[in-house]
Amino acid sequence: MNEAFRDKVDISLTVNGEPVEARVPAGQHLTDFLRLELGLTGAHASCEHGVCGACTVQVDGAPIRGCLMLAPQADGAEVWTVEGLSDTDAIKDLQEAFVARNALQCGFCTPGMLVAAKDLLSRGGIPSRQEIREHMSGNYCRCTGYEAIVDAVETVARARAGKGAA
Amino acid sequence: MKASVGGYARASDLRHALELLSGSGGLGRVLAGGQSLIAAMNMRLSAGDLLVDISRVSDLSGVSDTGERLLIGALTRHVEIAGNPLIREHAPLLSRAVQYIAHAAIRNRGTIGGALAHADPAAEFPACILALGATLHIEGLHGRRDVAAEDFFQDIFETSIGEGEILTGISVPKAEAGEAHLIEEVARRSGDYALAGLCLVKRAAGHRVALFSVGPKPLLARTAMTALDRGDVEGAAKALHDELDPPSDTQASGAYRRHLAQVLLRRAVARIEGATA
Repeated sequence: MNEAFRDKVDISLTVNGEPVEARVPAGQHLTDFLRLELGLTGAHASCEHGVCGACTVQVDGAPIRGCLMLAPQADGAEVWTVEGLSDTDAIKDLQEAFVARNALQCGFCTPGMLVAAKDLLSRGGIPSRQEIREHMSGNYCRCTGYEAIVDAVETVARARAGKGAA
Repeated sequence: MKASVGGYARASDLRHALELLSGSGGLGRVLAGGQSLIAAMNMRLSAGDLLVDISRVSDLSGVSDTGERLLIGALTRHVEIAGNPLIREHAPLLSRAVQYIAHAAIRNRGTIGGALAHADPAAEFPACILALGATLHIEGLHGRRDVAAEDFFQDIFETSIGEGEILTGISVPKAEAGEAHLIEEVARRSGDYALAGLCLVKRAAGHRVALFSVGPKPLLARTAMTALDRGDVEGAAKALHDELDPPSDTQASGAYRRHLAQVLLRRAVARIEGATA
């Protein structure tokens, strides 16, 4: 085989603010790397073809599908998972609103939901319920029927806007 | 499922990418945003590929104004197409199409060049560039060539990109004053591939109508375009009925897709008339 192509790739990145160096299989997706190599099991590997959103993590400031990015492509990237976003209290209000509004039941989709909602809320302002639904439309939930999730996101948007104005 | 990959190499520039591709013994596959390719690999629809990752080739990304046309780099991401001021002003069809493409997390990685080279017949961008009359820029180790959008799409997932070649960008004519760009589609859920979709560009020189998800490749509806040029909307709808032979699948019957195409055409024309009324 051509030596230019590697079946293991050395990568260096930051995950949840911590520097990480690793040698990863060429075909391993980012979610499996986070879960199997780093023990960060918040992002879930579910459909593994980009449909369900359970693997959503933040890479270089934007939410992406962990199952549709290869770990070798994350060299040099800044990755945040739900663990890091929880530990830094970056989404504390959002998590509290999810609990208060019953926006999760089994919780499988919740890490992806939180990362997706964080992205929308970071744009500021109060999105309409339609805008929230549209933004979250790539994240499947099989329990809640979505209404409570939209409630939780809307609650946080209103609360944050209120604080900003005060 | 998990991908089975033959190997991975990250290209530092276009020349390096082309050399990697030519040295791959026919197993090379270009990886850009990966939003279709990695899904296909995870489902083992493709296995053993030698991946040439071009996503770091910085001069293949971004939008520039070349006077009468916009040059859009192949690695320009969907999210950038939606927000780029040059595209919004001079090729609004592309920025409007982005809202229909999958979901925010996918639009953050997917690239326009990847979408065009993948040539999914249900995707928006291939039909858009057909409606705009774009030119595709393709490069190989032995030189560069330009291909008109009309000649680029060959069949389902098949384009005129040759072995060892890479799509480097597209150029689209800048919209004239008063030009109208519309994209309409019907999908069962937000972000799903369309059951049927239609792009309409109205220029001083005439109408251009391109459809997607109605056949093995995006289709320019020439008879319908001629009818629209005469101001005959019903004639155009009838022409669409005759020009299209959409497939039936689990999502929709061919007859329903044909019906939708006509509805979308009338809807697009009504929007232009509404905007100018």
